Amino acid sequence: MSRRTNFRHFPGFMALGLLCMFLLYAPLIIVMVYSFNDSISVTRFDSVSLRWYRDVFFGLEAGKFRQATFNSLTIAIGAATVSTVIATCASIAMLRAGRFRGKLLSFPLLSLPLMVPEIVTAVATLIFFSAIGFAAGHATILVAHIVFCIPFAYLPIAARMQSIESVYEQAAQDLYASRWDSFRLILLPLLMPGIISGFLLAFIISLDDFIITNFVKGAGVETLPTAIFGAAKQGIKPNIMAISTLLLLTSIVFVSLSYMFGRVESNNKRE
Amino acid sequence: MTPSAHTAVGIVGVTKRYGDYVALRDLSLEISDNEFFTLLGPSGCGKTTLLRVIAGFEEISAGSIFLYGEDIGALPPNKRHVNTVFQQYALFPHMTVLENVLFGLRRLGVAEDNARKQGFEALELVQMSGLQDRLPAQLSGGQQQRVALARALAPRPKVLLLDEPLSALDLKLRQAVRLELKQIQHETGITFVFVTHDQEEALTISDRIAVMNEGVLQQVGESREIYESPSNSFVASFIGETNLLPVRDLRVDGARATCLLPGGVQFSFPAEGGASAGEGLLSIRPERLSLTSPQEGLLNGEVVDHIYLGTDVHVVIAVAGTLSLTARVQNDGAASIPDLGARVGVMLEAGAVRLLRN
Ligand SMILES: Nc1ncnc2c1ncn2[C@@H]1O[C@H](COP(=O)(O)OP(=O)(O)OP(=O)(O)O)[C@@H](O)[C@H]1O
Ligand SMILES: [Mg+2]
Repeated sequence: MSRRTNFRHFPGFMALGLLCMFLLYAPLIIVMVYSFNDSISVTRFDSVSLRWYRDVFFGLEAGKFRQATFNSLTIAIGAATVSTVIATCASIAMLRAGRFRGKLLSFPLLSLPLMVPEIVTAVATLIFFSAIGFAAGHATILVAHIVFCIPFAYLPIAARMQSIESVYEQAAQDLYASRWDSFRLILLPLLMPGIISGFLLAFIISLDDFIITNFVKGAGVETLPTAIFGAAKQGIKPNIMAISTLLLLTSIVFVSLSYMFGRVESNNKRE
Repeated sequence: MTPSAHTAVGIVGVTKRYGDYVALRDLSLEISDNEFFTLLGPSGCGKTTLLRVIAGFEEISAGSIFLYGEDIGALPPNKRHVNTVFQQYALFPHMTVLENVLFGLRRLGVAEDNARKQGFEALELVQMSGLQDRLPAQLSGGQQQRVALARALAPRPKVLLLDEPLSALDLKLRQAVRLELKQIQHETGITFVFVTHDQEEALTISDRIAVMNEGVLQQVGESREIYESPSNSFVASFIGETNLLPVRDLRVDGARATCLLPGGVQFSFPAEGGASAGEGLLSIRPERLSLTSPQEGLLNGEVVDHIYLGTDVHVVIAVAGTLSLTARVQNDGAASIPDLGARVGVMLEAGAVRLLRN
């Protein structure tokens, strides 16, 4: 057994760590705190109130935000569903179909979107859509989201898939199950935590996306991030802090859920 | 050359290759109806591969496979009326014990009441009634093994394949379950094909044993036959322990044979029938050698080692320096076991020596 390196013995490590944490979380905390500010100022804190949350839901811009939220949710659900289905098929092909031509190439191809700078993907997608004459709107956003959500859905599903030994499906086939039955009755239920985790991750990635959406959305169609950006351009009002806080909380909830479902596998697998 | 309908499993000239590697080489074998048949061999000899070939998980490179006279070589696993008890049990973790046991029956389309009846019967057979609502993770290893057996028995397959089902159990439990398995085979009348690398397990449990090595079938026969009349040196040394002596100038003359042992020692022993001459390999089981006082034995030597086995002791005797023989002596107190360095004579009963032609 190797002794684990104790980082506390490195001088300045603690300070550096704290600095990183501070830079990472301080802005978020400021946004959250000021979203409960009663005044219109974004620099001076008056007193605690839910004024700006009320403004988000019922104020002047409420209609705009409501429409953007609706767009975001429908696109996120659609993109997460389709990309999860594709990712599930891909992970079964990668881990069960044995050797096939181009298998070696498939994994980097699947995870490429994780490494390509998002702005490059955004520009490329935009050029692609205009080249094939695809009118910008809901559909372009949806298609773009499906594509970049696939690797995020793929990772937890493939991880889960890796932990399921193929002997279970063999046992099912030995007990007279057709290939479809052994998928439906054995593999799918065992894979489900990974699928849920992948879906939640894809959902939140789609919900939070700004760069690609902003490029391919076309005039008039807004998602929540682009709507927030649009509102912020006209000056930061505390209602943006309130809506950002809501989006942040949603993200935290979904990412935590995704993480929990992804973890179920390691607890269930005792052998 | 189609095996008859009374042959449960007929394997005819089966070869299985993985790329360049030959896992099964031109293997032919007939397993009879209602037989407890064991595949025995060292690790990597192809036992699991043969079982998977019968179950339908591996495509064969050449040859054919018959199940009660029907050629099943081209059928997928779910179309073969054969069930497997996997070495890792492979119980479906998200299903209860009962759901696991009913899985095969439901896939076969057996009506639910009948399925449940057969399922409970199978659970009773393996003494697991009462635990039907547990999940596999809530069972001990031994209990999981029983459920795996019940699950494979419930659809009443024509042949049951068992891949080292006892290897994960401790010795005491293994011995108990071994007897139970034998009894279940007897009660159900299902043909069992049992894989093990434990020769003692094979000898106690089987009607017949097939010994394999490196994908090649070495010998098929009843326990007694395999042990007492091994057909080659591999079988002789793999099943039990034996002294293998290469000999020259072998001459059989009626009930006696003479030969030259390594080191030029002249050796004369009681032979049974089968005249042959020239070179060969003698196999002598340690328990068939007995010790007497020096000069009275057929061979004489010096005790160089003791290997303590509990009820018995293996006494290693050096004969004429180059040759070493192991004799098994019952451990009935120190008196009967010669000290290290003592000179002893070695006696043989008639029939103790088996001549192997290689
Ligand atoms: N899918 C495969 N691809 C390549 N070689 C394989 C494959 N499956 C098995 N083999 C090889 O075939 C040989 C026989 O394997 P098999 O699993 O049948 O051995 P076994 O007799 O069951 O051994 P054990 O007692 O260790 O289980 C081994 O040398 C193994 O490496
Ligand atoms: Mg094996």
